[in-house]
Amino acid sequence: MALLEIAGLDVRFRTTSGLFPAVENADITIDKGEVLAIVGESGSGKSVSMLATMGLLPWTAQVSAEKMLFDGQELRELSSRQRRQIVGGEMSMIFQEPMSSLNPCFTVGTQIDEMLKQHRGGTRKERKERTLDLLAQVGIPDPRKRIDAYPHQLSGGMSQRVMIAMAISCNPRLLIADEPTTALDVTIQAQILDLLLQLQQEHDMALILITHDMGVVAETAQQVIVQYAGRQVERQEVKALFAHPRHPYTEALLSALPERAGDQDRLPTIPGVVPGQHNRPSGCLFNPRCRYATDHCREVEPRPASGDPARTLCHYPL
Amino acid sequence: MFKFVLVKLAQLIPTFIGVTIVAFAFIRLLPGDPILLMAGERGISPERYAQLEAQLGFDRSPIIQYFDFLANLVQGDLGTSLVTHAPVMEEFLSRFPATVELSAFALAFAIIIGLPAGVIAATRRGTSIDHTVMGISLTGYSMPIFWWGLLLIMFFSSTLGWTPVSGRISYLYFVDSVTGFMTIDTLLAGDWAAFLSALHYLILPAIVLGTIPMAVIARQTRSSMLEVLGEDYVRTARAKGLSNFRVIMVHTLRNALITVVTVIGLQVGVLLAGAILTETIFSWPGIGKWMIDAISRRDYPAVQGGLVLIAFIVMIVNLLVDVAYGIINPRIRY
Repeated sequence: MALLEIAGLDVRFRTTSGLFPAVENADITIDKGEVLAIVGESGSGKSVSMLATMGLLPWTAQVSAEKMLFDGQELRELSSRQRRQIVGGEMSMIFQEPMSSLNPCFTVGTQIDEMLKQHRGGTRKERKERTLDLLAQVGIPDPRKRIDAYPHQLSGGMSQRVMIAMAISCNPRLLIADEPTTALDVTIQAQILDLLLQLQQEHDMALILITHDMGVVAETAQQVIVQYAGRQVERQEVKALFAHPRHPYTEALLSALPERAGDQDRLPTIPGVVPGQHNRPSGCLFNPRCRYATDHCREVEPRPASGDPARTLCHYPL
Repeated sequence: MFKFVLVKLAQLIPTFIGVTIVAFAFIRLLPGDPILLMAGERGISPERYAQLEAQLGFDRSPIIQYFDFLANLVQGDLGTSLVTHAPVMEEFLSRFPATVELSAFALAFAIIIGLPAGVIAATRRGTSIDHTVMGISLTGYSMPIFWWGLLLIMFFSSTLGWTPVSGRISYLYFVDSVTGFMTIDTLLAGDWAAFLSALHYLILPAIVLGTIPMAVIARQTRSSMLEVLGEDYVRTARAKGLSNFRVIMVHTLRNALITVVTVIGLQVGVLLAGAILTETIFSWPGIGKWMIDAISRRDYPAVQGGLVLIAFIVMIVNLLVDVAYGIINPRIRY
């Protein structure tokens, strides 16, 4: 049984000009101890599908799905109290902006302690020991001093380490990392990714990594889902995906990698931007930016072919 | 911290000097002559007038009078009331507890009602509860105190007979004045019936005086709660699996309070200004009523002394708010 199994997830936002589909028909399955990457540009609905899983979307969002199973339990059937036991305890999440994700009014120690108190219990002394241990695990020097630091006294990288310490504090079985390195310095990015993978292996956690960086995907993930404008356009194992991308969008993303661009003067780019609420094209959503697009693509919405394990959302898979 | 308070106190000095100038000039700019008012309708002979003028020092140039006032002020002497011939400081201090008591209950009312109302409105944003709370607070904010006070007296005191119209305590009770606060003195005397009577007399003026601060606090709480609710760290708190109550009351409110406390501090000035009207309506024997009487009699020393003392208190309270601000907001350290 898969740890997390989501099928047919739709998320729509109520806006003043009607419902905006942020995620359509998303399927996400991850086994215990596995690393899954969800890749796509900004606005492709990567974060939204994970926030929906965590139950963190604002009230303007409408979430529907065929299945939303965590460890065999249907998340939508749980009471809010039962769901809160899973959120934070069994599956936890870290975010893109570490500096603003920690509450400025409380010390780092208090914020980690609060998580332990909520899901683990134990005496104050035990929780403090655990907090110190966690801070050391995520590579924070001098935990005894840092435990009393306020978030504004920490750098971005340190804040993200604290967020990670908090997220793994109750030994969750699933960790969702939403672009955990985007806001950080390049040198820190690699350290944080290494830390995440190391913790993932030590604790045998499943890890869902949301990113727009194909380089990160190559280094970390086993499974990859490529998402575009709220739709999953392709899913493959990481090696197969890099060797034989099936969707033109994946191919375009890969060819934009500096390592693959070769000796060209300029890096290849994908012209245009992800369509928003008011400029969604007819037919395939990627057609205005696709170099293989035909009239058929511009008129008919593609469906994944029945025999295609990559479930490529394209009329003419590569 | 200690250094911060010292610096802030030093910064108060120029403001305080400005206040003394305004207080001194203000009462003298009003038309009317205290000596003529003292003489009343019988009038006064020019010789007697000159004699009194010299006796009170009003024949000297205003500049000299001002520096005289300032020199005495530094020694804690605010002069003698022209009407009662008692020291102004003594007159002020004997009435001040009544005003503090009224203002404290008014502020307590404003916070106890305004803060939860703002929190509820923010968490129920856009619902009929939100609109009702904001509608009521806008009404409260817009109502003139004297009109609102009379309205409540007419309804609760005259029509329903629930509350007394004026005074601080029923004439049935006599309590020794220890602190000057009727509620505390009655408790010190262990007289529960008198304590309840004091509360009974206090409730209506406190509501009248507290209405505007309540409205301001409710609106400020709502808007800062809404701002904080959109912050990333509130999402983090939810991602930790905390209860909605804890997310709102601990993670959101704690941050929202930073701005609310500033606004509460500013209300102290509003309360003292409002107390003048409220005390007049309810015949509350505090400094507000005393100031009004002093102004109408052109009691120069009483008016300028009272103004200086009130301004001084407002400045000290604002200093305390600045200190409290640093305690609530860990990003500020002195």
